Amino acid sequence: MFEIGLGHYLTVAAVLFTLGIFGIFLNRKNVIIILMSVELMLLAVNINLVAFSTTLGDMVGQIFAMFVLTVAAAEAAIGLAILVVYFRNRGTIAVEDINAMKG
Amino acid sequence: MTGQMPAFAAAAPEILLAIAGMGLLLYGAFRGNGATREIAYLVIASYIAAAALVVFVVEVPTVTFSGLFVADGFGAFAKVLVLLGSALGLLISLDYIEREQMARFEYPVLFLFATLGMMVMISAGDLITLYLGLELQSLSLYVIAAFRRDMVRSAEAGLKYFVLGALSSGMLLYGASLVYGFTGTTSFAGLAATLSAEAPVSIGLVVGIVFVSAGLAFKVSAVPFHMWTPDVYEGAPTPVTAFFAVAPKIAAIALFIRVMVGPFGELVAQWQQIVFAVSILSMLLGALAAIWQTNIKRLMAYSSIGHIGYALIGLATGTEEGVRGILVYMAIYLAMNVGTFACILCMRVNGRMVEGIDDLRGLSRTNPMIALALAIFMFSMAGIPPLAGFFGKLYVFLAAINSGLYVLAVIGVLTSVIGAYYYLRIVKLMYFDDPVEGFDQPIDRGLSVVLAGTGLFTLFFFAFPPALVNRAAAAAATLFGG
Repeated sequence: MFEIGLGHYLTVAAVLFTLGIFGIFLNRKNVIIILMSVELMLLAVNINLVAFSTTLGDMVGQIFAMFVLTVAAAEAAIGLAILVVYFRNRGTIAVEDINAMKG
Repeated sequence: MTGQMPAFAAAAPEILLAIAGMGLLLYGAFRGNGATREIAYLVIASYIAAAALVVFVVEVPTVTFSGLFVADGFGAFAKVLVLLGSALGLLISLDYIEREQMARFEYPVLFLFATLGMMVMISAGDLITLYLGLELQSLSLYVIAAFRRDMVRSAEAGLKYFVLGALSSGMLLYGASLVYGFTGTTSFAGLAATLSAEAPVSIGLVVGIVFVSAGLAFKVSAVPFHMWTPDVYEGAPTPVTAFFAVAPKIAAIALFIRVMVGPFGELVAQWQQIVFAVSILSMLLGALAAIWQTNIKRLMAYSSIGHIGYALIGLATGTEEGVRGILVYMAIYLAMNVGTFACILCMRVNGRMVEGIDDLRGLSRTNPMIALALAIFMFSMAGIPPLAGFFGKLYVFLAAINSGLYVLAVIGVLTSVIGAYYYLRIVKLMYFDDPVEGFDQPIDRGLSVVLAGTGLFTLFFFAFPPALVNRAAAAAATLFGG
């Protein structure tokens, strides 16, 4: 019988994480998508942590995941706040317009 | 462990800062933005109190909160540096934020929370503490970078810092999750024990360590994870840049040392190559890319990347002597950088800040004191004896030579020669070019105090190196179980 084990969870997490990284670098449209990609990365980490925690029979991973969730919420709030400040100044949040400084 | 109260005393400085932060936030909410200066002085007072507690607490090295938190001599040294850097950074901001209409009471409070995060990072004894400290610091810094919210460049600096900082935190976390999964523990002591017992190192663990080091390299802005630094330094308000260049750097490099030497100390062979490469690349980029800069804050960004490269030489050795070198280097780096930024904050023409290197032309005639101070800092950064910067480099190079890393020492010397070009170019502009419009007089009182203090330290360090070097050596010894 086919069974879902640690390897499958890790694969899903790795795929999500890679999607998150590519979302940040390849996306040329909208900064909101970058925020979503960041969340995706953190969720991949959480899947990793919970999967490891269950396999190892150790609670620390789940506690870690709780902390990550909390920090991710704070991070999203601050990211959106900075984005609003930026939008008020520039009137756009397209990634290619973020170029007041070279680099 | 269970049912027993943790040793709160070991974390007394952090607890003090946390309570002060929340108290001052409430106080500011009641009093409004008029109380900014008052709150800033209270924040500096809590920094001083925390530094006193740090020195007092460290008498007994303690591991507390079930191994989550470590208070030792190494941490105490780094914490005092961080508190000093933050206090100086706040001191030189005060007049600036009032003049530029960004005097809101959150500004000093955010400094306080960022510093608290840095202290937790330095004291981390577990991957969870590491992450929480790092995020508390980073989240405060994102907001401070975008604090000048009516300016596009400040908002853009905040946004870039946020996106790349979040990316690096994500990488660090992913690495931490892999390390946890392949060793079954997140505590540094547990990791060190597991790794020394287990002979073959699994590939998953190595991948995890690579991700963790990438995340940490991001925070110290080492090449190839430096791309945020120039933009953030240029866009953020100048006193904020001064703060960014000092306190978070020191905290991040202290954390880097703690993670690499402590839990992953057994895997020196694995991470040494990474640090080796990162160090060389940072030194090269810091020396070469700065040559073409015309904005002094951007130039300082590349300069700080180069300095981090030199400091990482010490880590690449993986020895006690190397860590001593880094601690001495960071202490001197703090004085030089705060001083240089205090000079940059004096660059004001007709009430408007200027940032071009060309604006410094002929400064020796229009404003000889600032020119002299800036010249001292530039000579020191270039590493010219007998100024402080020379000794910083000397100790890391010595450590590299004693561990047989001749390549690093040679490249370090070569890049300091290249780097000397752009530092000395500033001196040349100030002393040998025709003057442009002079800077506004008089300069702020806080600035002149900081300028005089850091200038004298840089100039006369050669007279008393043992005072600092011995403390750094003692601090490094506690990390290696001495």
